[in-house]
Amino acid sequence: MTINLIINNQPVSAPEGSTVLEAAKRAGIEIPTLCHHPDLTDIGACRMCVVSIDGARGLQTACTTPAREGMVVDTMSDEAVASRKFTLEMLLTDHPNDCMTCEANGQCELQDLVYDYGVSWPEHSGKRHHYEIDPDPNPFIFIDRNKCILCGRCIRACEEIQNRDVWNFAHRGFETKLVAGADQFLLDAGCESCGQCVTYCPVGALWDKMSIGKGRLSQVEKVRTTCSYCGVGCNFDLNVRNNEIVRVTAAADAPVNGLSLCVKGHYGYDYVHHPDRLTRPLVRAKWLDDATLQENLARGAWEAVSEAEKRNALLTWRRQHGGNGQSQFPNSQSQIPNPKSSISPETFIRTDWDTALDVVARKFTETKKQYGGDAFALMASAKCTNEENYIFNKFTRQMLATHSIDHCARL
Amino acid sequence: MTLGSGAMTNTIADIAEESQVIFIIGSNTTENHPVIGTKIRRAKRYRGAKLIVADPRRIDITRYADLHLQHRPGTDLALLNGLMHIILREGWEDEDYIRERTEGFEELKAVVSKYTPELTSQITGVPVEQIEEAARMLGENRPGALLYAMGITQHTTGVANVMACANLQMLLGNVGVPGGGVNPLRGQNNVQGACDMGGLPDVFPGYQKVTNADARAKFERAWGVKLPEYMGRTVTEMLNAAEAGEVKCLYIIGENPMTSEPDLNHTRHSLNKTEFIVVQDLFMSETAQFADVIFPAAASAEKEGTFTNTERRIQRVRKAVNPPGEAMPDDWIIIQIARRMLALGATTPDPDAPWAGWDYESVEDIEREINALTPIYAGVTWERLEAGEQLHWPVPSPEHPGTPILHTTKFSRGLGRFIANDHVPPAERPDDEYPLVLTTGRVLYHWHAGEMTHRAAGLEAVYPQALVEINPKDARKAGVEDGDRIKLSSRRGEIISTAQVTDRVEPGIVFTTFHFAEAAANFLTNPALDPTAKIPEFKVAAVRVEKVDAAD
Ligand code: SF4
Ligand code: SF4
Ligand code: SF4
Ligand code: FES
Repeated sequence: MTINLIINNQPVSAPEGSTVLEAAKRAGIEIPTLCHHPDLTDIGACRMCVVSIDGARGLQTACTTPAREGMVVDTMSDEAVASRKFTLEMLLTDHPNDCMTCEANGQCELQDLVYDYGVSWPEHSGKRHHYEIDPDPNPFIFIDRNKCILCGRCIRACEEIQNRDVWNFAHRGFETKLVAGADQFLLDAGCESCGQCVTYCPVGALWDKMSIGKGRLSQVEKVRTTCSYCGVGCNFDLNVRNNEIVRVTAAADAPVNGLSLCVKGHYGYDYVHHPDRLTRPLVRAKWLDDATLQENLARGAWEAVSEAEKRNALLTWRRQHGGNGQSQFPNSQSQIPNPKSSISPETFIRTDWDTALDVVARKFTETKKQYGGDAFALMASAKCTNEENYIFNKFTRQMLATHSIDHCARL
Repeated sequence: MTLGSGAMTNTIADIAEESQVIFIIGSNTTENHPVIGTKIRRAKRYRGAKLIVADPRRIDITRYADLHLQHRPGTDLALLNGLMHIILREGWEDEDYIRERTEGFEELKAVVSKYTPELTSQITGVPVEQIEEAARMLGENRPGALLYAMGITQHTTGVANVMACANLQMLLGNVGVPGGGVNPLRGQNNVQGACDMGGLPDVFPGYQKVTNADARAKFERAWGVKLPEYMGRTVTEMLNAAEAGEVKCLYIIGENPMTSEPDLNHTRHSLNKTEFIVVQDLFMSETAQFADVIFPAAASAEKEGTFTNTERRIQRVRKAVNPPGEAMPDDWIIIQIARRMLALGATTPDPDAPWAGWDYESVEDIEREINALTPIYAGVTWERLEAGEQLHWPVPSPEHPGTPILHTTKFSRGLGRFIANDHVPPAERPDDEYPLVLTTGRVLYHWHAGEMTHRAAGLEAVYPQALVEINPKDARKAGVEDGDRIKLSSRRGEIISTAQVTDRVEPGIVFTTFHFAEAAANFLTNPALDPTAKIPEFKVAAVRVEKVDAAD
C-alpha cells in the first residue's frame, strides 16, 4: 500500500509505514536531523526535524511522525525554522567553540546545521559543563563529553547494531551525562572496542583515539579496500595522509558489513607502518660469493650475526619488555650488537634485489636439474591475494614441476 | 566431500535475514568472525531467530543463545549423530527432499540409530533434555543454517565431522534454500582464495584435480610444460620430507609455520634440516629466522588484487600507501624469480602455449589468466569488480551474475550423499600423567600467529599476554590462582603462561591461543592428522598444569 501526501506543496507518495522524514526523503526534500540515523530506531530527542502539519497542534518531529494519507506538511514553515534555530542556539550555549582544532571539523552534523541556519555563536554562553577530555584509558575510543549533544546515537548503535548495551545516559536535566555501564571505563563495561559508537556520533564527542591530530577529512584521501584479518571480508576506507594510514572509516555502502566493523578491522591497521617491517632483501653470507660479500660488508650491510644470536636477542627483548605493546621490537638493523669481526656464514647480509633474486633463481634451477620437482615444497598464503596465490601455484607446477604446494594449517 | 564443495553454501546476509534457527558448532563466532557474530546477535534479538550454540567453552555467543550445548572436546560427531537420531525418531526429516535430492539415507539411518539420547549424553556430557530440546528447535524451525569453523575441522575426525554437519542439514532439507546451508566460516581473510587458486597439493585453480588427466592436459596446454601425474605433499608431509632430507628447498610466502603448525619442536627440527629456505614476509617472523633468503613483502594496503571471503565473494584490495624501503608485492617477487629461472633454463615451456609466459605487466594480466583457466572464476573479470559488481563464485561466464547460494537445484556431484560415521574418541586422551584436555583457539583482539596484531599497539595493549583459561576446580587442584605463572606440558613440549581462572571452561578442560610465539600452544598440540583432509588435531591434546615460581 502506498499513501499520498503533500510536502512543501509537492505531491509525494510513500509506502505505508513510512515516517514523514522518510516520505520527504523519497521526494528529495531534505529535513535536518541530529538524533536520527537510518540504521537506528528513532527517538525524537533533538527536535531538529520539526515540521508543521496542517491540522496538528504545534510542531511535529518528522522522524517519529508516521506519514498519513492526505497529510499536508510544510518543512520550512516560519515556526519550524525558528524552532530549529532556537534548538541550535541552545546547543551552542553549552558547546565549546572549538571547530578550529576539532577532529570533526568538515564532517560534523552540528557544524553543518549551524552553517545552514546561519546561527551565530551566542554572546553569553550559558551554564557550561567542564568534563575531563579523554578520561577513558582504553586505546581506541576518544571521549570529549563537552561536545556531546546527547543525541543518543552512540547508545543505540551499541545496543542495536552491536548488542553490547554499553552506553547510557545517567542523571537528568542539565546533569544528563553519557556514561559507559555504571559510569565505568569502557572495557570494564563490556565494550568490545568495535568503534561503532564513534562511527555513529554526529559530532566530535567520540572519536578514534589513534587518529587524533593525524588529519581531518579534507586532508586525507580515502581508499576503499577489504580487511586483511578474518574471512568475513568487511570493506572500509583507509584514510591516507602523506603515505600513512591515519584512520579507518566504515562505509555505509560496504557490501558485507555496511557500517559495522570489529576492533581488528577498525583499529588493527598500524602494523603496516611498524618499524619492524622488513625493508631490504636479506641473504645469509654463505650463499654470496666473496666479491659480493665484501662489497656489502663494506657498506655495513649486515644483519644479526647468526640465527642463534638473533633468536637470543629477540627472546631477551621479549623477556625484558614482557607484553607491553607500546614498546617496539628491537630494530634488528641497529639495536642488536654486531661486531663485524664475527661475520659467520650464517650472518644475514642486506643485499640489493638483483643479488638476492639471482641467489634464489640459481639455487632453485640447480636443485631442479639435480633432484627434480619433488625436492621442492612451497607454502602459499591465506594472507596473500588471489592473484599472488595463482602466480605461486603456476610457479610451483609449471616452473618447478611439482604439485607440492599447500598453505599452513588449512584454517 | 558429501556435497561436492568445501565452501559456505549460503551468504552472510541470507543467514542474517532468512534463517529461523541458527546452529553454531565449533565456531567462536563473535571473537573470530566478529561482524558475522553481530549479525547473528541481531537476528536473534530483533527477528526472533532461534540460536543454538554447541561449544565446549562458555564462549561469548553462548550468552545470546537459546541453548548452549557444552559438549566435551572431540565429541562433535556423537552430538550430531545424536541430534539426527531424535529428528528421525520424531519424523522431523524432510522426506521429499531426501527422496529427490539425496542418496545413502538408509546407511545414515543405520548408523545414527545407535546414538540414543542416553548414549549421546554419555559420550558428550550434554544432558539428555538439552539434546532433545536442540533437536526439537532444529526440527520445528525451517529454514535453519548451520555454521561451523575450526572447532569442527581441527580433529582427527574432521572430515567425518563436516560430513555429519552436511548429513544433518540434508536430513532437514536445509541445503540449497535461502536461510539454510552448511556454512564453514573460513579463518584467515583469504584462505578461501588461496584454496580457490590452487594453493593445495591435489588441485589446480578452481578445484580441478591434478590426478584427472583432462585437467592436467588442459594446464599442460596452457602452460606449455609436462606436469606430474601425482599429488604433491601437504604441509605436514613437507615438513616430514624436509626432515628426511628429501625436500631440499622450501619456499614460504606470508606464512609462519613456526607458530601455526602443531608440535613446534618437530617443525623446528625440520626447518633446521632443510638446505635452502626462502621466506617472503612483512616481518622477521619466527619462521624467517630459519631462512637463507628473506624477501621483504608488501602488506595488503600496499598492493592491488582481490580477496575471496568466506561466502565466496570476490572483492578488491587496493593500494593505499607505498611499501616501506624496498619491500615489494609478493607477485612481483615470484615473477622476478620465474623470469630468471627461465633465463637459466630451469624449464623450457612450449612458446606457443597461450599462458606459458611470465611477462605480466599488471595484476589485471594475472586476472585474465585466472579467468581463462579457472571455470568458477571465468566471469570474475577485473572490469566487473571495478564496476562494483558483487560476485560470488561460481561465475562461469562474463555474463553470469554469480551464485550466492549453492546447490539450489542440484549438488555439484548430482545427488547429495549421506555418509555416516561413528564417533571415534580423540587421538589423545587424558590420563594420570596428563589429566587435562587442552583445546586451542583465538581471541577477539588477536589474529592467527599474531604477526600483525602484536604490532598493532592498541590491540596489544588490551590483550598483551598469553592466558590459559582453567576452571576454578582444576585450578584449586593444581594450587593455581588467577594471574599465576603456570607451566603447561604435553607429551611433546611445554610452555610457560599465565592462568586465567574462569568458568568459561568446564572442569577437565584448559584453553589457550596460538597468538603468542613465546607461549605458543603449538609446542603442545598433537600432529595426529585427519586421514583425508590432513588437518592436525589442534583442538584436543592431553596436558598437565603446574604452578611455577615467580623466579622462573
Ligand atoms: S566500541 Fe562498540 S562495544 Fe564499545 S561502546 Fe562503542 S559501540 Fe559499544
Ligand atoms: S557521544 Fe555523540 S553520539 Fe553519543 S550522545 Fe553524545 S553526541 Fe550523540
Ligand atoms: S573488520 Fe573484523 S569482522 Fe570484518 S573482516 Fe575485518 S576482522 Fe573480520
Ligand atoms: S532527528 Fe527527529 S528528533 Fe532528532
